[in-house]
Amino acid sequence: MTLRDILNKLIGRQQTSATTAKERLQLVLAHDRSDLSPELLDQMRSEILKVVAKYVEIDMEEGAVSLETEDRMTALVANLPIKRTIKSSLKA
Amino acid sequence: MSPNTRIILICSGKGGVGKTTLTANLGIALAKQGVRTAVLDADFGLRNLDLLLGLENRIIYTAQEVLEESCRLEQALVKHKQEGNLALLPAGNPRMLDWLKPEDMQRIVSMLAEQFDYVLIDCPAGVEDGFKNAASATNEAIVITTPEISAVRDADRVIGLLNTNGIKPIQLVLNRVRPKMIASQEMLSVDDVTDILALPLLGLVLEDEQVIVSTNRGEPLTLRGSRSPAARCYGNIARRLQGEEIPLIDPSKEGKGLRDKFRRLMATKIF
Repeated sequence: MTLRDILNKLIGRQQTSATTAKERLQLVLAHDRSDLSPELLDQMRSEILKVVAKYVEIDMEEGAVSLETEDRMTALVANLPIKRTIKSSLKA
Repeated sequence: MSPNTRIILICSGKGGVGKTTLTANLGIALAKQGVRTAVLDADFGLRNLDLLLGLENRIIYTAQEVLEESCRLEQALVKHKQEGNLALLPAGNPRMLDWLKPEDMQRIVSMLAEQFDYVLIDCPAGVEDGFKNAASATNEAIVITTPEISAVRDADRVIGLLNTNGIKPIQLVLNRVRPKMIASQEMLSVDDVTDILALPLLGLVLEDEQVIVSTNRGEPLTLRGSRSPAARCYGNIARRLQGEEIPLIDPSKEGKGLRDKFRRLMATKIF
């Protein structure tokens, strides 16, 4: 985000189109490069959440799984805020 | 095959971003530096390199006749009138669409490599057979794109395919750059595009109406030593290919006026 973007935000104007273009490209390329469709990603997200939920109580609303890409490397990034650990599952 | 010959594929994925114009201008610029250069038009379905070089009336044979041994390579090569170091070889003609295979491409390129220092392959648009044939015969590549979202996306696809084929180095040329639009952040900047594609930048070409004029005439801008912005850019790219160190211009840092300084301040990345 640039100084101009911040100023635009303050006065309620749209961000610059170059910034929008870059954000859109990064998103679409993460999907192109990994060859994952949004549906598959959604499916994976819900399965990951299910597995993690067995061990810790997570905030299902806040949890996000997304693709990020940098230097032609694509990473699957999961951000899952933990409410508390479930003790019983650890004993089992 | 001469081991010193550089075989360079010029590709983009998307059509209309300037592959053929770059091939023609680089071919002329390299030939002017005294290196023997062949340009191969691998896009024989829609061939245009002959037009940009002003050689459209002099094509008699193509690579196909050479491979069928109905003519010699020397007969099919079209020598440029003013630049004797440059020769054009069309891969085929539009009536024969399906004959070319990767092996054909490799054979014709290795024949060219025996006689030339540079073989520039003008790749067809797309990522299908035409691209795969052309890519099978090369060891290095130049990917050309424009600062537009669709061109960058297609370039990314092509880079992925070149990487899986083990082609390197792959260098980037950013075409049709408009410094004013970049300054007001209404066009992806040079850094934006190189960040996204993660390729070394071989050069950028400024948007320039003279390119259209030169195309109309069939005389690439580099032919007559034009001083127009794009001509200088093409010349610099050719010299960098030859190993000269020529600093890149950064269009976002051009301009010394108060207004330009303000624009730069506004484009400072905060986070």
